[in-house]
Amino acid sequence: MPATIPVEKDATKLPGLERELHLLYQMLLIRRFEERASQAYQQQKIGGFCHLYIGQEAVAVGALAAAREDDYVITAYRDHAHVIARGASLNACMTELLGKPTGCSRGLGGSMHFFDRANHMYGGHAIVGGHLPLASGLAFASKYRGEDRCTLCFLGDGAINQGAFHEAFNLSALWKLPVAFICENNLFGMGTHVARAASVKEVATRAKGYDMPSMIADGMDVRHMRDTVYTALQAMRKKPHPFFIEARTYRYRGHSMSDPATYRTKEELEKYKQEDPIADFKAILLSEGKLDETKFQELDREAKRLSAEAMRFAEESSELPLEDLHKYTFVDGADR
Amino acid sequence: MREISYRQALNEAMEEEMMRDPDVFLIGEEVAEYNGAYKVSQGLLEKFGPKRVLDTPISEAGFAGLGIGAAMVGLRPIVEFMTFSFSLVAFDQVVNNAPNMLTMSGGQFNIPIVFRGPNGPAHQLGATHSHATEPLYSNFPGLKVAVPATPRDAKGLLKTAIRDDNPVLVLESELLYNIAGPIEDKEVELLIPLGKAELKREGVDVTIICYAQTVRMALAAAEYLAKQGIQAEVLDLRSIKPLDRETIISSVSKTHRCVIAEQNKPFCGIGAEIAFQVQREIFDELDAPVLRVAQEEVPMPYNERLEAAVLPSQEKIIEAVYQVCYL
Ligand SMILES: Cc1ncc(C[n+]2csc(CCOP(=O)(O)OP(=O)(O)O)c2C)c(N)n1
Repeated sequence: MPATIPVEKDATKLPGLERELHLLYQMLLIRRFEERASQAYQQQKIGGFCHLYIGQEAVAVGALAAAREDDYVITAYRDHAHVIARGASLNACMTELLGKPTGCSRGLGGSMHFFDRANHMYGGHAIVGGHLPLASGLAFASKYRGEDRCTLCFLGDGAINQGAFHEAFNLSALWKLPVAFICENNLFGMGTHVARAASVKEVATRAKGYDMPSMIADGMDVRHMRDTVYTALQAMRKKPHPFFIEARTYRYRGHSMSDPATYRTKEELEKYKQEDPIADFKAILLSEGKLDETKFQELDREAKRLSAEAMRFAEESSELPLEDLHKYTFVDGADR
Repeated sequence: MREISYRQALNEAMEEEMMRDPDVFLIGEEVAEYNGAYKVSQGLLEKFGPKRVLDTPISEAGFAGLGIGAAMVGLRPIVEFMTFSFSLVAFDQVVNNAPNMLTMSGGQFNIPIVFRGPNGPAHQLGATHSHATEPLYSNFPGLKVAVPATPRDAKGLLKTAIRDDNPVLVLESELLYNIAGPIEDKEVELLIPLGKAELKREGVDVTIICYAQTVRMALAAAEYLAKQGIQAEVLDLRSIKPLDRETIISSVSKTHRCVIAEQNKPFCGIGAEIAFQVQREIFDELDAPVLRVAQEEVPMPYNERLEAAVLPSQEKIIEAVYQVCYL
């Protein structure tokens, strides 16, 4: 499909209809990529921790469709989607999972540490809350340089109880830094429900303590995500300040590959599967006459083909040479 | 005697101490309803209820500090870090508040607290999740640091730690949770003192000093070396602080050669301190420079082969032994 629908880094450049199909296509790409990765993990081709995003696709895809190509993006360890939506190739992502040098972090980072400098994707960070001050720093740099680019920082609902969250929020609000903190509230931090972890009833309320504007978005609705984030970014570009967006979503898989997710009911999971961001958006596009089943199948086939191709590419990629072990400890001598 | 897993041993230690003393409680991420990220606290919520087994938000600095505060007024918290890599978020609490309080208050406030959880590299978890924190914590006077390698030591050291009136860190290992080993029956009160190394294997040619993850490597190396005619003595430190200087010195005085197998990065690592102590005490007894087998000096790579190259191993220990034996 890249023939008709390229992976466009700046979706705002696409004409209206293609822009919408592009949202659907990106969600499909991410889902099929992760389904493939999940299989590979079970076959022990992937090591360490692997956290899947399945169910949450509308958040990253919608939010990043609202961003500009030169905006800075940073996220936590459930990061495959953000890097793909930002324009990295499935090949580079799959190869990273297999720990090979053609991976997006040269096989040195793994699932939790995807980086893609060319697409202004600043990681993949695995210490909960640890990347929020970094987001403030990215935003600080653009303000320092007088640029109107914004920073989009994704975080889980679990991160809102970390000290670093509060320090980053205060600093960003105090210094009016153009950073949009997008909390992906999927109700759980590992096995702990957000209601057992946060003192506030609504995640978005956290912004109040910092006089930071906030909005709540339907994280299962890709258009709503896109439009909410777009509104925030427009305001931030005019006059730099931070924004907090709570995206309400759900993850269908366990926290990581080893988690059977016994802390939630089947009914709850089923309820959210009825709101599947891909199936829902497909239905909307069908009903609006913007998509037909043939076209959908075409997009889905392409997403599956690229995922399978990425796995082949990853498996055929050469191993990291042992001599590279010390290459990236300091910048001198590192290939960059 | 019976056999239980390292995980089960830690679980028994907490259960027994919580039965014995109502002031002991367990706090940490996922310790209650999830039964622990690594299932070490399995069943404790059921036995002791939510008052004494508490799930926290992901707020390491908060709950570590809360534990220290509670300890100031006489409770005896067991604080579980999901891994010690995450304890770094609470570093100030652990290294500033816990060990300094007694001195700063002129002896008024002691802090009877245990910080425990898996420490050191596991498997392909990458740079942020693979920290071996023992050199960090060992650098702060006022903290004790236990590093059990077997189920028996895990139980005995943790029980002792919980009864200690000072802050104690029990550095466990994800890679050891599943290993099984012999241990006294439940009816026997098993307390193992901090600061007593254990001679795991007698030998005359070289002393291999090890702890936690490296004990199994050292024993396997010694087994192999025995077949080559080298009798290695294997010494498991069991706690880094206090350090059992006496046993180390007496073993090396006997073998005249010393290899230290440590799971941390080399620079300012545990072996650096031990090598210093050995040369300071028994310089004339040494027939070769002390050698250390540690990690490579790099942030941990995700790639499996590179990770293996970074870590200490049986092979690297054997190689070091050959070197100190001039073979
Ligand atoms: C400081 C720190 N503590 C604990 C962990 C272990 N951990 C990894 S993910 C996670 C849950 C995070 O939940 P949330 O922020 O809601 O993100 P989600 O997994 O839902 O994407 C925990 C406790 C960690 N990585 N870092």
